[in-house]
Amino acid sequence: MAIGKEILKMRHITKNFLGVRALNNVDFTLRAGEIHALMGENGAGKSTLIKVLTGAEEFESGEIWMDGIPHPIINRSPQEAQHNGISTVYQEINLCPNISVAENLFIGREPKKHGMIDWKTMNKKAKEALAVLDVDIDVTINLENYSVAIQQMVAIARAVDISSKVLILDEPTSSLNDFEVSKLFAVMRKLKERGLGIIFVTHFLEQVYEICDRITVLRNGELVGEYEVDKLPRVQLVARMMGKDFDDLAEIKREHKGSTGKEEVVVEAKGLGCSGKIKPFDITVNKGDVVGLSGLLGSGRSELARALYGADRPDKGVLKFKGKRFTSRAPIDSIRAGMGFLPENRKEEGIIADLSVRENIIIALQARQGMFKLLSRKEQEEFADRFIDLLKIKTADRETPVKQLSGGNQQKVILARWLLTNPDFLILDEPTRGIDVGTKTEIQRLVIKLAEEGKAIIFISSEIEEMLRTCNRMAILRDSSKVGELSGDEITQVNIMKAIAGGTTV
Amino acid sequence: MKKISIFKKPITQYSLFMPILCLFLVLIVNLIQTPHFFKITIQNGVLYGYIIDILNRSSGLVILAVGMTLVVASSGGTDISVGAVCALAGAVCVAALGTGETYKMPYIAAVLLALLIGLICGVFNGFLVSFMKVQPMVATLILFTAGRGIAQLVTGSFILYVKPKSFTYLGSFIPGVPIPTPCFVAAFVVILTWLVLTKTSLGMYIQSVGINSKASFLVGLNSKVIIFLTYVFCGICAAIAGLISVSRTASIDANNVGLYIELDAILAVAIGGNSLAGGKFSLAGSVIGAITIQALTTTLYAMRVAADQLPLYKAIVVVAIVAIQSPVLRKWFKNLTLKLAPGKPVKEAM
Amino acid sequence: MSKVNTAAPQSNGSGVFKRVAQKLLERNFLLFVTIVLFIIAYVAGLFAFKDKNFGNLQVFLNLLISNAGLIIIAVGMTMVLIIAGIDISVGSVVAVTCMMLAAMMEKAKMEPLPAVLIVLLFGVVFGAVQGWLISYLKLQPFIVTLAGMFFARGLTAVISLEMITVTNEAYVKLAQYKMYLPFGGYLNRKGEMIYPYIYPTVILALAIVVLGYIMLRYTKFGRTIYAVGGNEYSAMLMGLNVKRTKLLVYIINGFLATLGGVAYSLNTLGAFVELARGFEMDAIASTVIGGTPLTGGVGNVIGTLFGVLIKALIETFVSFQGNLSSWWSKIIISALLALFIVLQSLLAMRKEKQR
Repeated sequence: MAIGKEILKMRHITKNFLGVRALNNVDFTLRAGEIHALMGENGAGKSTLIKVLTGAEEFESGEIWMDGIPHPIINRSPQEAQHNGISTVYQEINLCPNISVAENLFIGREPKKHGMIDWKTMNKKAKEALAVLDVDIDVTINLENYSVAIQQMVAIARAVDISSKVLILDEPTSSLNDFEVSKLFAVMRKLKERGLGIIFVTHFLEQVYEICDRITVLRNGELVGEYEVDKLPRVQLVARMMGKDFDDLAEIKREHKGSTGKEEVVVEAKGLGCSGKIKPFDITVNKGDVVGLSGLLGSGRSELARALYGADRPDKGVLKFKGKRFTSRAPIDSIRAGMGFLPENRKEEGIIADLSVRENIIIALQARQGMFKLLSRKEQEEFADRFIDLLKIKTADRETPVKQLSGGNQQKVILARWLLTNPDFLILDEPTRGIDVGTKTEIQRLVIKLAEEGKAIIFISSEIEEMLRTCNRMAILRDSSKVGELSGDEITQVNIMKAIAGGTTV
Repeated sequence: MKKISIFKKPITQYSLFMPILCLFLVLIVNLIQTPHFFKITIQNGVLYGYIIDILNRSSGLVILAVGMTLVVASSGGTDISVGAVCALAGAVCVAALGTGETYKMPYIAAVLLALLIGLICGVFNGFLVSFMKVQPMVATLILFTAGRGIAQLVTGSFILYVKPKSFTYLGSFIPGVPIPTPCFVAAFVVILTWLVLTKTSLGMYIQSVGINSKASFLVGLNSKVIIFLTYVFCGICAAIAGLISVSRTASIDANNVGLYIELDAILAVAIGGNSLAGGKFSLAGSVIGAITIQALTTTLYAMRVAADQLPLYKAIVVVAIVAIQSPVLRKWFKNLTLKLAPGKPVKEAM
Repeated sequence: MSKVNTAAPQSNGSGVFKRVAQKLLERNFLLFVTIVLFIIAYVAGLFAFKDKNFGNLQVFLNLLISNAGLIIIAVGMTMVLIIAGIDISVGSVVAVTCMMLAAMMEKAKMEPLPAVLIVLLFGVVFGAVQGWLISYLKLQPFIVTLAGMFFARGLTAVISLEMITVTNEAYVKLAQYKMYLPFGGYLNRKGEMIYPYIYPTVILALAIVVLGYIMLRYTKFGRTIYAVGGNEYSAMLMGLNVKRTKLLVYIINGFLATLGGVAYSLNTLGAFVELARGFEMDAIASTVIGGTPLTGGVGNVIGTLFGVLIKALIETFVSFQGNLSSWWSKIIISALLALFIVLQSLLAMRKEKQR
């Protein structure tokens, strides 16, 4: 197929986010009549790049060139981006649930008659716009009455209807079924023939190979490279996203061998599931185990962990903890039973920003003790100091608000919080994300040490290398379900990548 | 940045800096206006003077501000029903004691009854906010409108007077004690609250829930119950303030007891340097805030501003205070200082 | 067929009335409840106060006459609530409006028209300042309008601490100008034909409701208000100017607050500091009862009109009954408010569960 001239060039885009470099000198080029996949793991900077492009966020330096405009442009608002011919479907459905489907499609550019909104025409046009995607619904009722899949289709229809030059689809297929995806792809092909450039962000590798022409890979806010789809095998793509050159893969030595001798089961889930989040799964974690959960973003790793901890209440299956049947009504039950959970999103679910390091460390233990058994100030200080020492937390003072610490040190504070409760079972969801290499290694060592001391651990990370180093068993997830398990010598980088990529047998 | 200095951080960054500065400014103005402002004399066996007057008159507000602080901290919302609850609790107390020469029931029973009313109101508000997930302002709007109406029913729409002299002790002086009773009550409430917050983990829980409810949930806190409790406590505080208020005049005028005091209480919390979005709070700040408002009021009275005109000046204070807290304005000022003083590194404001 | 086609509830009602009722029930349950509640209450009144001529058209018109100002203000409040804001300054604005009018006409001997224009301009400026603080400085609406409330009340007292009665001839004439309806007349005891009447303020109030309805339903700005109230961030991403929309809503609201104040002033023909105290809560309560929750994104002015009428009806009941203290009306309205708030909250919770 003929791929036309370059219609969008982004050069040297740099953006800082609260002091963290979210994008560093990133280039991106889109040509007319191509579907261009933008790939990368969690936190690679895909969504940020798109928000910068569409004016939802500002950037510090770099240039954006559009075909037909003789000077670099800056979209200060999504309005301006639309005006420049860029329309977007965002990762989270960014429509208004409280207005009708038709309005969501046409708000801001409603058809008018005598200066008044012409509802009849608008509803008719809305029906037509959706018909392109084979969606036949009542467009006059509020968007909130429809399923997420329909809402996603509406968002796509809106963007398709507006788009003149560039269409951005940021994870549009995550809530669509196969039939809906095929409709979407048909439309994308049609638009491509019309000469539109389409940026397609997805974590479904099959879809990339089905529809895309070119792939740009980002990692940690930096450009890894731009590739043509036919020249980049699937496993290679995974390797690029994960930050490993597949060709020079040396076997990383596993440092943790797992439990030896008789195995004592700590956690045993049978058919445990949580509707809309994770499909029923079985998993066992023994004393001394570090079980890794591996899978791409959105594969259900975190959801599995949350179901075990009771952060989301499972509605199917049975969980046995330390040999007894266990139902958790709220996290406090899990904590009392001896679980700990370090959540994926440190800022939103982990730290309590304005509280001090000391308070952040002791809060879980305090919650377990109950409201009236306050740990004495002396005890609190001792605990805090002990863990500041033990984990080498860099803080001016134990009374410093935790928000003033660096990401890695914040993460250590949360680790300290759970270690203080001395749990039998600890879930660590991305404990090393966004922190420096030195701290990463420290945390990995700590995880192994804890396992050797007899704790059962679930470890989630996007970095395969780290998983290889720490885990003695691995569960692979794809599409919100657990699809396989690797243990012992099966745990190799190649096997994991193949399992994650799917398509081939494990 | 590592710099050796006496203060660990710039003095302006201490949380009590602004509230104390506000109070200080008001007092300075007073001192210029009335040189004998700080003079305290003893007349008829009791202390007398502007300072005493301010402390005395602000006690009700101090108590309300304590309750309001916790509500704001835990839920990021405000309880606008406290004024109405004041009136209702006061009305119930007076109605229970009756208007005869002697009390209809033991004084202490009437007081407990009034506190119970406050508690029930708090339970009502707290239930709506924490379990029904109604926005705090909307939930408390119900009692805001109904409270006074119910109080009027209790009093039969009359201004009732309580005759026994002992009824006024709570709002003025206990014979032989030179310090106004409301000051004791306020101090008692503040200290008790402070003890409960620091001797149990409740203080930390409230802040934690207000700062990050998701994280608090994951570390095992029950945010609903915690928010509920703050509203119940606020209701009780409102009842106490109501009791003081009716005792001052030995009467209940359900129309006017605690009128608009909810706004002053919210203002006190804000002047105290507490974010109205919830989270970290300073009880001391709110207490200072409450005293500042009373001092401002007393000052303006001294400057012969009519009572009805006071709100105009309060409005200016409110806008100034919240504007200073506005992140947009702070950013704007930061950019301005950057432009005015290029090359000078400006510390990241968090 | 994919599940796409069956996901939407389809209405297959045959009769027009049935369809309208069904649509109302499905799409605007709260408005439906409000209207049904009003009808039930009115019919109940017909039976309960049969001997007191409750069915007389004038009784119904009096609901409008005594609440014309409130209707106008509640229309503005509806818009503010739809963008998930709040304005608690309107009561004080009504007071200052009446005071300014009275002072200008009585103390400065101005003609009514320029005086009215000046207060309306004041309303626009007042709304613009509040709106700017809220939308551009991102201050909390509650606090900003709390300050606005203090400011306006204080200003009223600064203008005059004494009560002023308006005696301007033209103004009084306008206030007392009865517009008789050509129908609905009845014979009084003396055998004269009495026709029901309204005041010009009623026409004004109804016109504002109609204009508000048209604006919210048929203009781009009106629909943007809903989008902003539904999800501010999404609205921004859809290319709508959120800040300007919010500013404009507060400006309109400021204008309507003073316009409502003018209508109020025509009813009272005078002003004092304590005037219209608690009026803002009347406006908010009527709006909420009219099916506009404070969470934003939902609501309409027709419901608001019925909300005000329900409030007025309750007051009329209490006064017709004769023995009840007028405070009962406050309590009943609050109970109703509680009912609606709980209903709204349950609806919201059910929706969340469905997801």
